[in-house]
Amino acid sequence: MSLEFSADAQQKIAALRERYAVSGSAKPVVMAALHLAQKEHGHLSDDALKLVARTLDLPYAHVYGVATFYTMYKREPSGATTIRMCTNISCMLRDGYAVLEAFEKALGVKKGESTKDGAFHLVEEECIAACANAPCAIAGTQYLLDIKPGQVPEIIEQLRKKPHPEGEVV
Amino acid sequence: MPADRTTKLVSMRFGNEAAKTITGYEAAGGYSSLRKALAMRPDDITAEVKASNLRGRGGAGFATGVKWGFVPKDAKQVHLVCNADESEPGTCKDRELIYWDPHLLIEGMIVSAHALRATHNYIYIRGEMMREYAVLKKAVDEAYQRGYLGKNILGTGLEIHLTVHRGAGAYICGEETALLNSLEGLRGQPRLKPPFPAVKGLFGNPTIVNNVETLMNVPFIVERGGAWFAELGMGRSGGTRMLCVSGHVEKPGVFELPIGITFRQLIDEVCGGVWKGRKVKAVIPGGVSMPPLDDSELDVPIEFDALQTDERIKPVMVTPTQQFDLGGGRALRTMAGSGGVVVLDDQCDIPKAVWRIMKFFAHESCGQCTPCREGTGWLEKVARRVAEGRGKPNDVDLLAQIAHGIAGNTICALGDAAAWPMLGFLTKYRAEFEAAVNRAKVVAA
Ligand SMILES: Cc1cc2nc3c(=O)[nH]c(=O)nc-3n(C[C@H](O)[C@H](O)[C@H](O)COP(=O)(O)O)c2cc1C
Ligand code: SF4
Ligand code: FES
Repeated sequence: MSLEFSADAQQKIAALRERYAVSGSAKPVVMAALHLAQKEHGHLSDDALKLVARTLDLPYAHVYGVATFYTMYKREPSGATTIRMCTNISCMLRDGYAVLEAFEKALGVKKGESTKDGAFHLVEEECIAACANAPCAIAGTQYLLDIKPGQVPEIIEQLRKKPHPEGEVV
Repeated sequence: MPADRTTKLVSMRFGNEAAKTITGYEAAGGYSSLRKALAMRPDDITAEVKASNLRGRGGAGFATGVKWGFVPKDAKQVHLVCNADESEPGTCKDRELIYWDPHLLIEGMIVSAHALRATHNYIYIRGEMMREYAVLKKAVDEAYQRGYLGKNILGTGLEIHLTVHRGAGAYICGEETALLNSLEGLRGQPRLKPPFPAVKGLFGNPTIVNNVETLMNVPFIVERGGAWFAELGMGRSGGTRMLCVSGHVEKPGVFELPIGITFRQLIDEVCGGVWKGRKVKAVIPGGVSMPPLDDSELDVPIEFDALQTDERIKPVMVTPTQQFDLGGGRALRTMAGSGGVVVLDDQCDIPKAVWRIMKFFAHESCGQCTPCREGTGWLEKVARRVAEGRGKPNDVDLLAQIAHGIAGNTICALGDAAAWPMLGFLTKYRAEFEAAVNRAKVVAA
């Protein structure tokens, strides 16, 4: 199936091409175009990668290479709100692993998995630059700071009412 | 006058929501430094930055003015790139700086771009910082609307552009050459140096890469002079320092402090001491890449040169008798790094903490060089079995050997960043690793 970009995305891409014109290439726009494709098509299927390649007139292999290097680009469909729980050193020292377990329990999934209803995707994350508020996580586009394992069910309830897809930000 | 604990530069508008908008920032005196800079000759700005003793806040502490001076004088196209990829575990200042004062960063970039004669400039912001990206993007758009950015800024005829480039998850993109590759739309893998970016960087042009905090200090230097800024600091390090304190303290936080403050003062006087009335076992001084300090080494100032050379800090060893050096006989003590101070209390399980740090590096290695790709994975595997009580008799020496084999033998400093803390922890807490291995033997018997 051939996919398309919305008029808004096309406009954003055109504006960015201008900003990177000094490079003499469309390559610097590929990351933003991938973010936009993921926002509009949910995940980066082969067709979404083809859309980016076609739009920027770049080889498919190049776009594929970039899309598979970075962890935030999703090649498979996943839950709407991604919860990125940090377990790196500062978070580990303040019980980050217990919070990760609490998320696993509350969602009924293991890290790396999505819930069956498609609402959540849980990821064990490396440091998210909020170490002074450890343990912490990013839920969609929001930071969750100083989390206690006991707060996790309530956090999930709130997010269920108001999902935060990462794609909102491009 | 040296800074005291009330001196605030880059964090002076923290908590001030109004100053995040361009009108609020202007009302608070914002963009006046830019007006002053535009009336100055570019080389005079660089001279002030040199005189200020401003040193890079991204990790290496390199003198900013000296780095700017490496750009070839006859360069036709120069770029300034802000490194906002902040991802060194323990470090959480750039995210706060961007969130609270986006226009200070933009002003710092325009002033610096003018000094460098750079027209097309970029901020590379970490993909996970979605909230901060939105704040920054809005601020850049405002600056364009007000004529601070564009083809003819403030009617001076100068052309300066600024574009925010969003990453997509990869710690290695904080390394400056990986960052440049990522900006160019490639996989974020580091490049061999030399050539250094200041000579051949983005799109093949001379490029200066500076950290967020580094660039945010530039407007103050222009406004009040390099000599004033140098005096705020100590020795060859000017200004104040953003320190991020996490781990086992009563009051973790991000604080702007005098550059000469000691770890002991930071922990006891600023952060309310070690939590639960405990004592310090170890302190990671500037992000997990840096060798730790033990309780006897905490009266050293958190200043770039002091942490590398102060003899109160024990050198890092490869074996109990062989000292590790950085080449040319220079002993490695530790480094000020990125300002991420992580405190480990006296009940902390060191082998487990070290395993988690090694897991991070193994996960983030880009895989280009064999010593790093294989070595970080191997370190993680051995550290894990030691931490889990499954260690083998030779494992402590094995960890040191692997780390020694990585250090200095890779394309970028990520390899060193894994090896140094491994060797540092082994030097100072060897007995704990050995006890963990012996515990394993008991279990096996
Ligand atoms: C593996 C690795 C990761 C790095 N990550 C960052 C980072 O997240 N932010 C940063 O400013 N510098 C980082 N650096 C340092 C940069 O390569 C570079 O030295 C710095 O951005 C220069 O700016 P400064 O001189 O203002 O400090 C990293 C270096 C290495 C080797
Ligand atoms: S040292 Fe590691 S991260 Fe750096 S280039 Fe080599 S493999 Fe990649
Ligand atoms: S270690 Fe968890 S946010 Fe930095």
